[in-house]
Amino acid sequence: MACDAWAAELDAYLDGELGAAEARELNAHIKGCGACVADALERVQVKRAVAGAGERYEPSAEFRARVLKSVAVKIPASQRRDVERPASRGWKWWVLAVPALSVLIVSLLVNFYVERGKSQRQLVYSELIDMHVGTLASASPVDVVSTDRHTVKPWFQGKIPFSFNLPDLAGTDFTLLGGRVAYLGQAPGAQLIYQIRKHEISVFIFQDQGRGMGAPSTPMRELSFSVENWSQSGLRYFVVGDVNADDIQALSKLLRDAG
Amino acid sequence: MKVPDNQSPAANFEELAVPLFDQLYNFARWLTQDTSEAEDLVQETYAKALRGFSSFQTGTNFRAWMYRILRNSFLSSRTGLKTTVVFDEEAPERPPAADAPTPESLYLEQSNRQLVQDALADLPVPFREILLLCEVEEMSYQEIAETLSIPTGTVMSRLSRARKALRSLLQQKLKGGRHGM
Repeated sequence: MACDAWAAELDAYLDGELGAAEARELNAHIKGCGACVADALERVQVKRAVAGAGERYEPSAEFRARVLKSVAVKIPASQRRDVERPASRGWKWWVLAVPALSVLIVSLLVNFYVERGKSQRQLVYSELIDMHVGTLASASPVDVVSTDRHTVKPWFQGKIPFSFNLPDLAGTDFTLLGGRVAYLGQAPGAQLIYQIRKHEISVFIFQDQGRGMGAPSTPMRELSFSVENWSQSGLRYFVVGDVNADDIQALSKLLRDAG
Repeated sequence: MKVPDNQSPAANFEELAVPLFDQLYNFARWLTQDTSEAEDLVQETYAKALRGFSSFQTGTNFRAWMYRILRNSFLSSRTGLKTTVVFDEEAPERPPAADAPTPESLYLEQSNRQLVQDALADLPVPFREILLLCEVEEMSYQEIAETLSIPTGTVMSRLSRARKALRSLLQQKLKGGRHGM
């Protein structure tokens, strides 16, 4: 088959829509054909450029709230499923019960390892909590030390394959301490450390891989930690900390709005 | 996404529709090229979808269903009626121009994001929407076919045309950029 004929199949191949047998043949041809390799590379570049450029517009928080409320309000409270807050019930007791003792955290973590493995979300959360605890235990928790978001954000340029926005913290109790590069499933992302009332909160930002985390969650309690995650502009945000869920939510909202 | 039978349909709707909100807005904004029109469109989509949720068949693709409602609402809106370009799907493709883009000329760095966005905005709506559904929403050809209510074969030919059109627009813009420097 001539290159022209293969070229017609390249798009379907790169879109993952070519049958297995044809894909194998095309693969074999590409390996020995410089012209087709160049063609395929160019197509991949355009695909990726469109994927990145296409995620452009964010609804305003006000508009999102308005429409989602109009959807939610029509559902009688008695019939509503507690879809988004599966683990939020009864968390209040631990606000009183949990001082942020690292010994306690470690023992809980060990316990958690035994219990874990039930869901992808739990696995990811446990990994993020590990990173959060590990970072705080480290002698140099952050690689870029600055309270200025305009210093921290550019530091990530060239270190991670995406860009993000950080909120203005003026008028809030949150302070930005700095950031470092973190890895989740071998993919690089950003870890930002915020502080509120002597408690540290980690914000992890990764590229959203296949949206496997499901719906965005309101704070879920994992051990003594609250974790909130959502997807925005192709990025997956996780906010992890041992503060109460209100603080996690407040910081998440700031980040969403800055998105 | 299987839901127990005793749950109200409206509750199911919320569970399914809320996670799509930001993506639908992005798509609406690309279609309308205007913030307030995009907001109207998304609001109308959610209202229509909630009203018509009983007609949604469980087991079929909810995302494609939502996008189809949004797109049909757009097509019947003033802007939609104005901007829809009728073009001949069956017309033979033109042979590639002599100055077809080369890999070098199309080297797209991150800084060219704006350029790609401009090119996408300049594309006719049928090309713009199919590229967004394929590359941004990562829909399968089957899902795109359901969303746009066209056969899968047409999805492939339209995608191919859309990509050619985009590449040639990008090349023009890259050239223009160089001349401007």
